Amino acid sequence: MRRVDRSQRATISITLNGRQVSAEAEPRMLLSDFLRHSLGATGTHVGCEHGVCGCCTVLIDGAAVRSCLTLAVQAEGKAVTTVESLAGADGRLNALQQAFKNNHALQCGFCTPGILMSFTDFLGRNPTPSEAEIVEVLSGHLCRCTGYAGIVAAVLEVSGSKDNAEKRSV
Amino acid sequence: MKPRPFDYLRPDTVEEAVAALAAHGEAARVLAGGQSLMAMLNLRLIEPAVLIDIARVPELADIREMSGAIEIGAAVTQNRLMAWPGLAEKLPLLAAALPFVGHFQTRNKGTVCGSVAHADPSSEIPLVLAMLGGEVVLRSRRGTRTLLASAFQRGMLSTAREPDELITAVRFPVQRQRRVAFREVARRHGDFAIVAVAAVADGGRVRIGVGGVADRPATRDIAMDADLGDAVNALAWELEGYEDIHATARMRRDILRRIAPQVVDEALRCVA
Ligand code: FES
Ligand code: FES
Repeated sequence: MRRVDRSQRATISITLNGRQVSAEAEPRMLLSDFLRHSLGATGTHVGCEHGVCGCCTVLIDGAAVRSCLTLAVQAEGKAVTTVESLAGADGRLNALQQAFKNNHALQCGFCTPGILMSFTDFLGRNPTPSEAEIVEVLSGHLCRCTGYAGIVAAVLEVSGSKDNAEKRSV
Repeated sequence: MKPRPFDYLRPDTVEEAVAALAAHGEAARVLAGGQSLMAMLNLRLIEPAVLIDIARVPELADIREMSGAIEIGAAVTQNRLMAWPGLAEKLPLLAAALPFVGHFQTRNKGTVCGSVAHADPSSEIPLVLAMLGGEVVLRSRRGTRTLLASAFQRGMLSTAREPDELITAVRFPVQRQRRVAFREVARRHGDFAIVAVAAVADGGRVRIGVGGVADRPATRDIAMDADLGDAVNALAWELEGYEDIHATARMRRDILRRIAPQVVDEALRCVA
C-alpha cells in the first residue's frame, strides 16, 4: 500500500510527454499545480479549479481528464500528455493546432490547451465525428471569447472528410 | 482553491482498503474517480483527514455478468461502461442515460459507483439504479451486505453506508424491457440536471423515474389506461421539489409536468 502523510513530500514520477520526470509533492497537490509549478510545464492552464471550465485538461494514459480534479500522487507512474507535446520540435503546429489557427478557433487562448487535449483523445477514438458529437465534447469546456463556432469548424476541418458536411446536424 | 492537507493511502487490495476504513472511519473519504470528491475538496466543502484511493485496486476493475444482473466494480469508469459491448442489449435504460452523465472528459475518470456513492438527487446513475431495482454491495471488516438502491439512498447526498464500509460494486438487473427513454433539462449539456426523467414501458404499465425534484430518485408505476397528465401532476405535487440556485421548486414541478409525458411517449414509440 502506498502511503503519504499530509506533511510528507513524496517523490512523484510520471512520464510527461514521453520523458521520465519526477518532483516532490504533498498529497494534496493537484496535478495541474504539479505540472505548472513543480515541473515548469505551464502550457496547461488553470481556470476554475473545480472541474467546470476544462482549461486544465490533459491526457492520463491517453484519456482526457481534468488535471485540477486529479492529485499529483494519483498520476504517479502514469503517462501524462500535455499541450506541449503537440507541436514539433521545430515549433511546427500539428494538424489540429493548424486547423485552430486557420479557423480563428482561439482569441485569448486561455481555454485552448484543454480543448486541444480533449480533441486529441476524442479524434483518436472517433476520427470522423459529426458536428453534434464535436459539440458534445466541447460542452465540457468553457471559452469566453470565440463563441465556439470556430472551434467546431476547426475540428471538422482536421477530421477531414467532406462527409462531415453531410453529417452536419446543428 | 486547494484542498486542506490529508494523509493519502493507496491500497492494493479490497482487504487493505477495508482495513483502512475500519481504522479511520468517519475521518476518511474514499477516492475513486474524484469527479465530485475532488471538486468538494478544492472548494473545502469537506476536509477529510485521510483519503483512501481505490482506483488501482484490481479486484474493483471488472464489469461482470452474473445470473440476471450486471455487476460493476467500484473502479470502473463511466466511459468504460459506455464502451462495454453488452450495454445497449442488456441495460438499454442505462445506455440511454450515460451520455447525460457529466462530460466526455469527466466520464473518463468518474466512476459508476462513485456517482451512486455521492447520491446527488439529480444524478442519472442513481436514478437508473432505482428504476431497475438495482443493488449496492457494501463491504467492511464485519462482512458484506447488499442493499436495494431504494434502501441505500436516504436523501440529499446521504446514504446508508456506514463509515467503515466500502462500496465494492453496484448491480443492475438485466433488462427485459426494450421500450425505454431518458431525458433531462440542464443549463448546459453535461451539467447537473435540474430535472431528469426516465421511462420504461412494460406491458400494461409504464414506470417513470424522476431525478432532481425530490431529495432522492422517485419512481412511479402508472397504468397505461390512466390519465398520464393527471398522474404526473399528482406526482409533481407529491415530490414537491426543492429550491436552489438553478431553479425554484415550482419550476422543477413545471419541467416535470412538461417533459414526463414526452419521455413516456418516446418510450412507447421504441420498437419492442
Ligand atoms: S481548472 Fe480544471 S476544470 Fe477548470
Ligand atoms: S479563446 Fe479566450 S477563452 Fe477561449
